[in-house]
Amino acid sequence: MTTNPTLPATTGMAAVVSEEASRALRRRNRTTSRVTSVLFHVFVLAVSAVVLYPALWMLVSSLKPTSEIVGNTSLVPENASLANFATALDGIGGVSFWTFFWNSMLLGVLSVIGIALSASVSAYAFARIDFPGRSLWFALMIATLLLPFHVVIIPQYIVFNNVGLVNTYVPLLIGKFLAAEAFFVFLMVQFMRNLPRELDEAARIDGAGHVRIFRSIMLPLMKPALVTSSIFAFIWSWNDFFGPLLYLKDPALYSLPIALRLFVDQTSTSDYGAQMAMAVLALIPVMLFFLVFQRYLVEGVATQGLKG
Amino acid sequence: MALIDEATLTGPRSAVRPPDQRRRRRRAEAAAGYAFLSPWLLGFFALTAGPMLASLYLAFTNYNLFASPEWVGLDNFTMLFSDPRFIQSAKVTGIYVLVGTPVKLVAALAVAMLLNNRRRGQGLYRSVFYAPSLIGASVSIAIVWKAMFIDQGIVDKIGQSVGVNWGGWVGNPDMTMPMFVLLTVWQFGAPMVIFLAGLKQIPAELYEAASVDGAGPVRKFFKITLPMLSPVLFFNLLLETIHSFQIFASAFIISGGTGGPAGSTLFYTLYLYQRGFQDFRMGYASAMAWVLVVVVGIITLLFFRSSKFWVHYSGEGK
Repeated sequence: MTTNPTLPATTGMAAVVSEEASRALRRRNRTTSRVTSVLFHVFVLAVSAVVLYPALWMLVSSLKPTSEIVGNTSLVPENASLANFATALDGIGGVSFWTFFWNSMLLGVLSVIGIALSASVSAYAFARIDFPGRSLWFALMIATLLLPFHVVIIPQYIVFNNVGLVNTYVPLLIGKFLAAEAFFVFLMVQFMRNLPRELDEAARIDGAGHVRIFRSIMLPLMKPALVTSSIFAFIWSWNDFFGPLLYLKDPALYSLPIALRLFVDQTSTSDYGAQMAMAVLALIPVMLFFLVFQRYLVEGVATQGLKG
Repeated sequence: MALIDEATLTGPRSAVRPPDQRRRRRRAEAAAGYAFLSPWLLGFFALTAGPMLASLYLAFTNYNLFASPEWVGLDNFTMLFSDPRFIQSAKVTGIYVLVGTPVKLVAALAVAMLLNNRRRGQGLYRSVFYAPSLIGASVSIAIVWKAMFIDQGIVDKIGQSVGVNWGGWVGNPDMTMPMFVLLTVWQFGAPMVIFLAGLKQIPAELYEAASVDGAGPVRKFFKITLPMLSPVLFFNLLLETIHSFQIFASAFIISGGTGGPAGSTLFYTLYLYQRGFQDFRMGYASAMAWVLVVVVGIITLLFFRSSKFWVHYSGEGK
């Protein structure tokens, strides 16, 4: 199935695969490759259409009046209009859509900054400094990767409630500045471990301390890991529902996901058109990130997955 | 740092430093290590370890956020197992994990194998299939999913056009689970990308050699692909399983926070939220959280214990 016609006969297995046999195999592959290639693309395109359909349907529905959305499988809007978007942009209960949008943006940007700072510094300790207790802390860090966060959410809420920080962004952001999302620390540790040790050893011989090495050698080299982390940090913050649902009470502070939920609850007459428009608007930044950084994202997933 | 300069400048004779110098240097390293680790350490104690202990204590109390916690021993735990809604939430979540995760991973592996070739457009297909994983857990998609599966909605219409009359899935307790399974299967892209990266590591010669020996595609799959892919499969299975236990936003949005109809979308975390943050029964919710931790812990342990029987780390030098 995955034999590769363009690959030359490999040296390692030469004893197993005779020259003649593999040539015959390649010839057979070449004749059938054209047919299978067409079949392949037809099939994969069909799968793509199924996968993309819900997203396209959302997009098209946001342009239709509600009466034409429910039960209408067509992807061509007959009476396309932006009326739904006007409704969505009006917002909810006197708070404009843009308030929610900028709230989400602020949370996303601060999350990115917090994670880039705290995770890279902590990762440097794990990857490059030899100190007693390191392996214990590393094991604990890995354990928190698998820990359901529900077990910490209740005491956290109680503490934030007692010190009057409910209905502020502090509970949503403090963990980002304290590297509480172990995924990012782990990602950066893995990346740093692959950077050549000779670099920091040379710098140490030249008299550089850890702060200098971290700032002027590690950080610049870590750019790919920082970019990948930042994209995921932003998108996860942008989509986060549970945190804002718990901590934000004042609609003027709402991030988009909980504003969206309020919007759905209030339009109980099921104004699907406006709901779709707001859903589309809420996804636009994520989709833009995806279009611009898709390589980083997909490669990040691919390599991180293998290193786990 | 001057010590190092001196040592390197004066040559090999002084490369062996006196013990007190070495001790001082080791102490400086330890200090630097803990200084750099301090953000994570602070977060670990203040946001993870401390709250974990606190919720362990709360699990043995009644606490409503206003009066002080009242010690009740094991009451919360005994109540849990006679609470029909708790049993329902465990059942719903269990079915979701047991059905959704394997179906999603089979889809991911199938598409990964389909894409694992040198044909054009592979990068594009890979990105298209990955996209739902980024947005699948968002409120937006939950809203879309609900609109697709309501009575007389497009899924209903598609059913009618092929002669199936399943009506709206959202309001039908028997159909909500398939709806959520479809939602998670739709996000097969992330494990697919990981499978694809794993498939690319399998040397092509193995397949060529197997072909020459007359092995068919089925034999090749079970004798080459699966064993070579088992570390990746292990990773995906563990992560997706643990992840599945924590489904929340889509269940909350689609059921309007109720877990209905008839408790059919009462996922574990949703019930935990209702108990803890709507009824303010924080002790009870803490007990639920700890049951979840223990269950996830046991599953993780079983995965790692069983891995030596089916996960092969050969050839990759790991």
